[in-house]
Amino acid sequence: MKYTQGKYQVLEKKALAKDIFSIVILCPEIAEIAVPGQFVHILPQGCTLRRPISICDIDREKGTLRIVFIVKGDGTKNIAAVNEGSLIDMLAPLGHGFTLDKSFKKVVLVGGGIGTPPMLPLAKIYGEKAAVISGFRSAEAVILQEDFKKTGAETILCTDDGTTGIKGFVTQPLKELLEQGSIEAVYACGPMPMLKNIAALADSANVYCEVSLEERMGCGIGACLVCACKTKKDGEEHFAHVCKNGPVFNAKEVIW
Amino acid sequence: MADLSVKIAGVEFKNPVIPASGVFGYGREYEELFPLSKLGGIATKGTTITKRNGNPSPRIAETPSGMLNSVGLQNPGIDKFISEELPNLMTKDTVILANIAGSTADECVEIAKKLDETDVHMIELNISCPNVKQGGMAFGATCDGAAGITKRVRQVTKKPLVVKLSPNVTSIAEIAKSVEAEGADALSLINTVLGMRIDINTKRPILKNNMGGMSGPAVLPIAVRMVWQTANAVNIPIIGMGGISSGEDAVEMMMAGASAVQVGAAIFTDPYAPIKIIDGINDYLDSNNIKSVSEIIGSVQPW
Ligand SMILES: Cc1cc2nc3c(=O)[nH]c(=O)nc-3n(C[C@H](O)[C@H](O)[C@H](O)COP(=O)(O)OP(=O)(O)OC[C@H]3O[C@@H](n4cnc5c(N)ncnc54)[C@H](O)[C@@H]3O)c2cc1C
Ligand SMILES: Cc1cc2nc3c(=O)[nH]c(=O)nc-3n(C[C@H](O)[C@H](O)[C@H](O)COP(=O)(O)O)c2cc1C
Ligand code: FES
Repeated sequence: MKYTQGKYQVLEKKALAKDIFSIVILCPEIAEIAVPGQFVHILPQGCTLRRPISICDIDREKGTLRIVFIVKGDGTKNIAAVNEGSLIDMLAPLGHGFTLDKSFKKVVLVGGGIGTPPMLPLAKIYGEKAAVISGFRSAEAVILQEDFKKTGAETILCTDDGTTGIKGFVTQPLKELLEQGSIEAVYACGPMPMLKNIAALADSANVYCEVSLEERMGCGIGACLVCACKTKKDGEEHFAHVCKNGPVFNAKEVIW
Repeated sequence: MADLSVKIAGVEFKNPVIPASGVFGYGREYEELFPLSKLGGIATKGTTITKRNGNPSPRIAETPSGMLNSVGLQNPGIDKFISEELPNLMTKDTVILANIAGSTADECVEIAKKLDETDVHMIELNISCPNVKQGGMAFGATCDGAAGITKRVRQVTKKPLVVKLSPNVTSIAEIAKSVEAEGADALSLINTVLGMRIDINTKRPILKNNMGGMSGPAVLPIAVRMVWQTANAVNIPIIGMGGISSGEDAVEMMMAGASAVQVGAAIFTDPYAPIKIIDGINDYLDSNNIKSVSEIIGSVQPW
């Protein structure tokens, strides 16, 4: 089995910040095979299309997945309305996740805003070998910092307005870490302009970099071709599909 | 268990449910969820002569009880389809309809010639794609255009030829008659309804292509009406589609005159939709003591 679809029980629901929710879902067969960087495709009540949400935590022992999402429109609003104990319709796990290499001695995980959740499973795997840089608009939008600390990773917090952590963008501390050398990989998720800058920094420091991209989706499994994004491989342009070839791409292959 | 088999243009279908062109790829991804042999047939992604990348993203938007798409016929080209996808599909014990979508009549003829030499069961000639600048819907918009291209493709293939019609016309029945007159063995309808959505905060259309094709539950009544009008106008079988998401919807479409149905957008909502629709049709037949699904085809009793 690569993925499955069914209705799964919500065990826990918490608000983490304004309009940001964390949901833990009991789905042993999905948790068993899910890997960092993959996503779940949730059908909100009353919608025709599913909504892709990254996996934020995988607990194989408990058979659970956790997702963290922000309410944007009707779909995410309806997902947020699901109560503990009720069921959620999910097609998962989907997509191609991050490339992990246990031999890496030092990696940097960069999350911007609602792009921070998919960094958590990576932080759990790399632990002390990881530095996690998280960027948010402002103090009240900050999420998951305690969870990252628990993994043993170094955490660096930035806010655009300086209300907490370093004032400024995630690229500043990233640049400093890259200049120190010894970084073997950068993993990032967040808004496109941020990812573009991160990819450029990693490229000039000659460090391997993977980014998780977003695109509007239909099937979520690679059949309908709606989620196209332009990539290049061996100098040739392709239309890759975020749901199947991604959402995680080698930053060198992305056409920004 | 009722008899679900139907026959269209001499081709036996074990049941009347077919995933529609464009939502199912070549079946590989859905095969992870259920055996393709459960399906009556599969309509493959629209194929052009050479590889096409399609339109820029976003290519999809949700609409009330439906969706818009503007994929624009992304596909690997007919040669790759024939060498890499078709042989695999032909082993799946289900009817394969190769959907073709050239941007000129010459291109459609070339593709049809190549398919004529394969084992594919049927050709579905798409003269109704709203998402391409050339060909597509432009062929299907006038009786002359639709007749002309049907005639040319008919000349080069002995395969059962299904012509897929656009709803974006004044009289679909007139188009259907002209296609029938040029030798189409069957019709399939409807393709997507041209639509548009705008993000009021950015004043930008949601689709990068500005417009797209609408499908999903919201179009069901339009599709039922068009199938009914067409069934009253022609003597060839019709494959009905547009908004079908349950066994009841499929039964309704067949009562309007469809001999089989295709399922598109519903597969995004529920990947098992085709299987559930097959079961739903069977449940309806059993609970109404109808022995064979073919009894309900065109059985509507209009006022
Ligand atoms: C691989 C992937 C992982 C994601 N992970 C997360 C996550 O962990 N947490 C989180 O909060 N958000 C995540 N998103 C974004 C999330 O999918 C959208 O915010 C959500 O679909 C919006 O739905 P809506 O109905 O609330 O908003 P609306 O704007 O009303 O949505 C309308 C339509 O557009 C689509 N859409 C809108 N924005 C996006 C977007 N950014 N990406 C993809 N589709 C979009 C919706 O799915 C829906 O079909 C992810 C997106 C992708 C592609
Ligand atoms: C994403 C998507 C891609 C499609 N691509 C094609 C195509 O390549 N060729 C074609 O004839 N129809 C295509 N269609 C139209 C469908 O086959 C079908 O006619 C239409 O969606 C109506 O059915 P539905 O309401 O069940 O979706 C596409 C539809 C969707 C949603
Ligand atoms: S969403 Fe269907 S191919 Fe990616």
